[in-house]
Amino acid sequence: MGGMHLSELIRDEPERGLFRVHRSSMTSREIFQLEQERIFSRSWLYLAHDSELRQAGEYRRKTMAGRPVFIVRGRDGRVRAFMNTCTHRGALVCRQDQGAAETFQCFYHGWTFNNQGELVGIPDQSGYSECFDRVERGLTPVPRLESYRGMWFVSFQPDIDDLVTYLGDLRECIDLTVDSAELLGGWEVVPGNAKYTIRANWKLLVENSLDGYHLPTVHHTYIDYMDRRLEAAGSSRLLENQRIGHSSNGVSYARGHGGFLHFSAGRTIANSSPLWSPEAQAEVADIRRRLIERYGQDRGTEMADRSRHLIIFPNLLFQDSHTGMRFRQVWPVAPDAVEVLQTDLVPRDESAELRAYRLEWSRAFLGPGGLATPDDVEALESCQAGFGALESEWSDVSRGMSREPQANDELQMRGFWREWQHQLGGRAFGSEVGDQVPQALHA
Amino acid sequence: MPEAPLLRLEVEVFLYHEAALLDDWRLDEWLALFTPDCAYVVPTTDLPEGDPAHDAVFIDDNYERLQGRVTRLKSRHAHREYPSSRTRHLVTNVRVLQASEAEVEAAAAFVVYRIRSGQVAPYIGHYRYKLARVDGGFRIRYKRATLDLETLREHGAVSIIL
Repeated sequence: MGGMHLSELIRDEPERGLFRVHRSSMTSREIFQLEQERIFSRSWLYLAHDSELRQAGEYRRKTMAGRPVFIVRGRDGRVRAFMNTCTHRGALVCRQDQGAAETFQCFYHGWTFNNQGELVGIPDQSGYSECFDRVERGLTPVPRLESYRGMWFVSFQPDIDDLVTYLGDLRECIDLTVDSAELLGGWEVVPGNAKYTIRANWKLLVENSLDGYHLPTVHHTYIDYMDRRLEAAGSSRLLENQRIGHSSNGVSYARGHGGFLHFSAGRTIANSSPLWSPEAQAEVADIRRRLIERYGQDRGTEMADRSRHLIIFPNLLFQDSHTGMRFRQVWPVAPDAVEVLQTDLVPRDESAELRAYRLEWSRAFLGPGGLATPDDVEALESCQAGFGALESEWSDVSRGMSREPQANDELQMRGFWREWQHQLGGRAFGSEVGDQVPQALHA
Repeated sequence: MPEAPLLRLEVEVFLYHEAALLDDWRLDEWLALFTPDCAYVVPTTDLPEGDPAHDAVFIDDNYERLQGRVTRLKSRHAHREYPSSRTRHLVTNVRVLQASEAEVEAAAAFVVYRIRSGQVAPYIGHYRYKLARVDGGFRIRYKRATLDLETLREHGAVSIIL
């Protein structure tokens, strides 16, 4: 990649219907580092869902863009997020991924913070001067914390646009899914997260999650399994049920957000599967009727019938499909390694039977033990291995560029890549770490 | 539970046989070890006590789904496992927890190595079995493989049968 400019990493030729990405963007350590500085340190990053923070003291811990943080509902009912480090000498004060606590005591010297971040206990305080201010030594809040429809986001960029502005028109899609569960008490996180690492660049997972084109090839065995069950029930086959190629489209919004939408059977909200019991099908029909009654024919039908596979730039995949509702968080750890944290959500008051179908269909496809996700992992690792063939420099992301974009086209990926390049900036950099990288890059 | 070495031995013989079938990829024979009302469960790493009835788990197979899993693993389209990985199921610390004439409940520790594409990934954890006595032998009514791992950092998936 010696001497290549950031602006050269993408060849975007709309007039010719061609779009290519230079593969160094998925292998270079320099680019990985720039992504951390310019994208992950300057975007809104999803941290937790309201349903995980219902009671005072409930907390969730995470490493975001390399920084240890935690989010907690204080005794006063307010949600705050803090940098997870003792203001004394630095040890982690929150030492479990989740739980509930009135206080967080640093085990090193015993400084104690309440769940509002205030320093409330110092062993042997007489050792400190009059100028020592306990208030100043409270936990460091994250620079920005905002929520949208129950989703809490953090940004390390103090002057970033507010979250609503940042999400922009993608909110229409998010709102469809969030509103669709209001009749059933709203969405809540199910206990049990999938945490796994893929030996591939994080952007490959973003692409894969926005990719309707790979289903028949990568997910042959899953489709085969579902088809056998559907055919036994006298129904049409899965891909006809899911209609990826028609009644579908790709969407791309400002700031890199986007996704693909398609008609989808087997959504517990609210488009039945023939594999479900007559009682369950009647219940789904009733949910659908109530959605249309409340939100009107167009919006109600849209909520019920169509699956939404969205990216909230840069790293939150928001998925509402026949395989359930889920957040898939994508955390790069190296140019060729990504940590995935996958959380399923369910409508709080969904019946036990529909809940069981929902969870079964989620497990059948998604997650490390599913019949489909392991093959995505294989595909991504295979791409990363293929990038070792340096003489083949470019990946092609042109599909659908010269037609009205379908769900199995790649518009949504191009939107992501364009914003990625925009955030990274177009300035030159060299091929060696620390070499030729302009100082401004580190500003 | 008083010591019952002969029963433990009987369970061990059965579990070693199961492990050998898996490592040899004789999956149809392995499937035949299960009762029609069976369950095979693998909870997530962050919730070892996870209950498939209301929690998200990695795997919650009944016989039909287990059959689907075996069919998949025998297909050349199961990309994560085609070509098949090499595996080695090490089963140890076998304990009989409960026994009646109809069923034996047993626990064991395991390390299952998966070797493929230049990587060696050990799945470390413990089993809980309910073994039904059928025709003078055992059939698996319940198998739960609980991982001691914090995440699937080395593994990427649970694409093999634990």
